Amino acid sequence: MTIHHTDMPEEMRVETMELCVTACEKFATNNESAAKMIKELMDKKFGSSWHVVIGEGFGFEVTHEVKNLLYMFFGGSLAVCVWKCS
Amino acid sequence: MPVAHKTGTVKSKQGSNAQSQKAPAAKTVKAASKKKDEEDGTETGEGDEWMQGKTLIKPLDQLDLTEAELKEEFTRILTANNPHAPQNIVRYSFKERSYKPISSVDQLAVHFVLEGNLLHQDSDEARRQRAKQGLPEEKDTVETAVAEKPETPAAGGEDAGDVEEGGGEERADSVESKAGKKEQKITNQFNFSERASQTLNNPLRERGCQTEPPPRANFSATANQWEIYDVYLEVLQKQEKNKEKAKAVPKKDDDKGKKKMMLVETQSDDITKVAKVAKIIERMVNQNTFDDIAQDFKYFEDASDEYREQEGTLLPLWKFQYDKAKRLSVTALCWNESYKDLFAVGLGSYDFTKQGRGMLVFYSLKNSTFPEYIYPTTSGILCLDIHKHLPYLVAVGFYDGCVAVYNLKEETLQPIYKSTAKSGKHTDPVWQVKWQKDDMDNNHNFFSVSSDGRVVSWTLVKNELVFTDIIKLSLEGAVSEGPEGVQLPIMACGTSFDFHKQIDYLFLVGTEEGKIHKCSKAYSSQFLETYNAHNMAVDAVKWNHFHTKVFISCSSDWTVKIWDHTIKTPMFTFDLNASVGDVAWSPYSSTVFAAVTTDGKVHTFDLSINKYEAICQQPVVAKKKTKLTHIEFNPVYPIIIVGDDRGYVTSLKLSPNLRKKPKEKKGQELPKGPEVEIAKMEKLLSLLREPENSNA
Repeated sequence: MTIHHTDMPEEMRVETMELCVTACEKFATNNESAAKMIKELMDKKFGSSWHVVIGEGFGFEVTHEVKNLLYMFFGGSLAVCVWKCS
Repeated sequence: MPVAHKTGTVKSKQGSNAQSQKAPAAKTVKAASKKKDEEDGTETGEGDEWMQGKTLIKPLDQLDLTEAELKEEFTRILTANNPHAPQNIVRYSFKERSYKPISSVDQLAVHFVLEGNLLHQDSDEARRQRAKQGLPEEKDTVETAVAEKPETPAAGGEDAGDVEEGGGEERADSVESKAGKKEQKITNQFNFSERASQTLNNPLRERGCQTEPPPRANFSATANQWEIYDVYLEVLQKQEKNKEKAKAVPKKDDDKGKKKMMLVETQSDDITKVAKVAKIIERMVNQNTFDDIAQDFKYFEDASDEYREQEGTLLPLWKFQYDKAKRLSVTALCWNESYKDLFAVGLGSYDFTKQGRGMLVFYSLKNSTFPEYIYPTTSGILCLDIHKHLPYLVAVGFYDGCVAVYNLKEETLQPIYKSTAKSGKHTDPVWQVKWQKDDMDNNHNFFSVSSDGRVVSWTLVKNELVFTDIIKLSLEGAVSEGPEGVQLPIMACGTSFDFHKQIDYLFLVGTEEGKIHKCSKAYSSQFLETYNAHNMAVDAVKWNHFHTKVFISCSSDWTVKIWDHTIKTPMFTFDLNASVGDVAWSPYSSTVFAAVTTDGKVHTFDLSINKYEAICQQPVVAKKKTKLTHIEFNPVYPIIIVGDDRGYVTSLKLSPNLRKKPKEKKGQELPKGPEVEIAKMEKLLSLLREPENSNA
């Protein structure tokens, strides 16, 4: 997995990335469940409210709180976008 | 007919005339008056005792009834029915959709209601009230209103009081509530006052606040398969680069260490870093500026030479000049053996009256606009020589008689050695210096000849110049009277010398008188040979590069002569119509030489082609007034440099005709070159000798 764009601080970034990878591996067939898992865990750890999008083909434009965005790729074909905006 | 409205509360259905009649009669007199009319008979019958005294009075409007009618008995029934109650109530029944009479009509008539406040003690309300008081039933709590009978006699008095007051329920309640707690204080009813106070409560104030929301930013991207792929590729490349860097880093660390050292050293002078680059750039610029000259230098061969067999030309190339040397004349030229494009120019003045400073300047062919090295000197330079093997050692002879050695490697502008009066400098201008081979102790040494008649050998020993007089030039036969009658030999002035190429100890010295002496290093006072060469001072004496016996000399008496050192008379004599400043053999041919004259011409001779005339006579400088002072052949390239008395050095390229090598058998090439040259020369000489021999 590679991080395409992020403005998170180091620690947060690492943690979030690990979490995303875990979730995607666990729910390899079901994007919704993976997203749900990520979102809930992020809410618990870093506060509300987080949004997660997982998919293979989509475009997006989001407003996010500064230093709370992660956009990464996983498994060669999956894109994960996680951001916080209450 | 109003029947019983007189009657009081009780009504009965008993229909008894007598009783009813009695009752009304007993009560009212008025009411009875009407009834008396109807009940006269009965009244009188039984009537009261007090009524008998009276006689009947008939009212005027009394009915007159007949006896029969008077005796008629009317029965009156007294029922308990309510006379006001309707007797036939009909109600509408929705069920049967018709009016139906009600069977029984309520006959009750209420005359008066007074609500009392007595409660049965066992009723709910009573119980509730007791609970409110919170009293156990043994307690006294007096309530006449509650109708609780006080069980304790002690409270009997209060009860009475309460009762008398008429049941203040409220009071009783309050008393009860206070007494409601266990072990309640029984407050003195008559002497009890309650006190209460309220502290100051701060007024309430509402406050609201809103924090600044955390900053937000927009972000947009597309997640496609190809985008993902591209990103992965990039990451891979970066990783590979990092791996390479990781390998290179340990190597680079050493370099970095060195670089840091260098940086620290050269930080003070930034120009030095750029100096090298600037030099290269300067040369590039020069090359571009003089591009055509450079091309000519390298490639141009005068095609017209094919048509002119006996003649050649000199193609002017670069012109070297230095601003600060404008007023000085070129007094010495020397090519560097190791660096073929570098040559030294000595600047000074030949004029006896105008003696000033001098300059030692080095030029490179690559940069004709500015010298490579510049050494200013206090006195004019008259001669210089560059060491054959050590290209950085330069020996210089000055007009003031000093000799000096410069080291080009050194940063300073001062010579590393300089002769002083103490160390045996010449008393007159030094006309020629020449490096020799290192002596036995591996010290460098060179010779100098001067107008004071001495030929001196200088040895570079550690830090100083050690001089040795080799020979003193004395005029033959000329002896002058010195002080105290000692006969001092008059010194001749040496103006030039040259050492034999092969025979080390043999050298020639030209004098101001016009004589050439053949000397040996071994003999200090005697000459091996003397030639009466010229009428005026011998300006230059040069051995032939190839032929061991031949040398050339030139003089201000307008002549150039070629000699065989075994023969006292010259082989060839050339008259150049002007004072000859310098002559030089060509390094590539034994029969080619060039001479420069004060009229600005360069005369080039090739004896193999033309024994009597120059094959090339060419004015080199623009102004005819300029005198050419020196000439030198480049050891490698087919160019010559010519110095004049204005401080200019002009370089010229020799056309092919001037550099002819004898075309002998094809197959005999360079290795045999020197021998060929020698043979060539020998041929010429033999031609000359024979007629001489024949003549003689």
